[in-house]
Amino acid sequence: MLKIAKYIILDILRSKVLLAYTLLLLAISLTIFMSDADVTKGLVSITTVILIIVPLVSIVYATTYYFNASEFTELLVSQPISRRDILLGKFIGISSSILVAFIIGVCIPVCLFAFSATGITLMVSGCLLTLSFISLAFLTSTLTRDKAKGIGLALMLWFYFSIIFDGLVLLFLYSFADYPLEKVMIVLTALNPIDLARILILLQLDISALMGYTGALYQQFFGSGSGIVFSIAMQLLWIIIPLLFALRIFKKKDL
Amino acid sequence: MEKVIEVKGLKKSFGRLQVLKGIDCSCETGGVISVLGPNASGKTTLIKSILGMVIPDEGTILFHGRPIVDTFDYKRKIGYMPQIGHYPDNMKIGQLFKMIMDIRQQDALDTDLLKAYQLEGMYNKTMRTLSGGTLQKVSAALAFMFNPDVLILDEPSAGLDPFAAEALKEKILDEKTKGKLVVITSHIISEADEISDHIMYLFEGQIRFYKTLSELKTETGEQKLSKALTKILS
Repeated sequence: MLKIAKYIILDILRSKVLLAYTLLLLAISLTIFMSDADVTKGLVSITTVILIIVPLVSIVYATTYYFNASEFTELLVSQPISRRDILLGKFIGISSSILVAFIIGVCIPVCLFAFSATGITLMVSGCLLTLSFISLAFLTSTLTRDKAKGIGLALMLWFYFSIIFDGLVLLFLYSFADYPLEKVMIVLTALNPIDLARILILLQLDISALMGYTGALYQQFFGSGSGIVFSIAMQLLWIIIPLLFALRIFKKKDL
Repeated sequence: MEKVIEVKGLKKSFGRLQVLKGIDCSCETGGVISVLGPNASGKTTLIKSILGMVIPDEGTILFHGRPIVDTFDYKRKIGYMPQIGHYPDNMKIGQLFKMIMDIRQQDALDTDLLKAYQLEGMYNKTMRTLSGGTLQKVSAALAFMFNPDVLILDEPSAGLDPFAAEALKEKILDEKTKGKLVVITSHIISEADEISDHIMYLFEGQIRFYKTLSELKTETGEQKLSKALTKILS
């Protein structure tokens, strides 16, 4: 499993795409930190940018790479290696490469300029977000045979989690405005890894007071120790569950 | 003789298309089996099912008496040469061989074909730049590399130049005398005539016949396999 991961990492290092991603993240975080003296504001800006770019790049890159490495998979399947090891090896290889890009591009500047509780939350939830979207990418890649369809599905998923989901939540809130929805909102948040990351980071900042009554409830729930444990556990589930489904599909897939 | 591969009631459909409609056969050690049949008769699907690359809908496949479902260790004993080899684009030939050795944790045991095809001189060529024929040579060298008991070759001579095809044929006959089982799919009847012991003819996902070459020839009274085939199929 780790050997497969090793060869995938070596292969990814030879391409320039991931290097470009690293430099982009690095440029974003450095310019934001250098242009604003207020570190907290900088963190908020970085959060906004990261919550869009990180899921998008993770899911699209992982899907593309998965399909580009299909020859490699085919070769491995005819060798004495279990399918589980092949898929997990691929996952470890791809995710560690993208994570390294995130760590160099975001974690190092944050550590240098804004090492605080908020900074740590940002780094941890960024890493978890990366992993959960790679996991989703594996699910879409095993679901489809065709590369174009796979990438299309990956983009749809990203679109859904970044934009449509929030629209649906707003619609839901609006239609059931007469009912007490605060607890429901917490459950709804758990259904979207991006929202989980966002709330976790924003609540570390003092601006949650601006979010009204729900914000106060969020603060009470997600700000507490058990709330943080809950949201991290939910993010871990967002990594494990799609990967398990991908594994189940991959074991029965014809190559 | 010991049955190496046994296939029982194998069925497989891709969508609505039924490719294999119940295949029953068994292969014994020491001999070359040619799987013949028109395009889309299910030859490759049968081979890929044996290798666990295609998961059958129904039926079982036994390797040395053990079902292959959810196992992979038996592939250690199989050398497989695909119809069209797909390899990682950015890799060089040398790196590919090294990687497979590393993953299998085995050293190259049989380098006859590597030498015959002079692949060692091309170790620095990237897979992407190789011609179809060279890719076939790489696939062939890889299939024989770990001295497996069973060789499964999917249209091995397609795309190979005559000299390379000849070298491969000699290698196959060589392995046969060592008591190995070789399964070959082919469209070239004359080639099958020269090397096979058994002929399996697939037609629309079913075995039309599975006989030894001499049986086939005496039954039809023909000296050549191509004529025997036309007689038996008409």
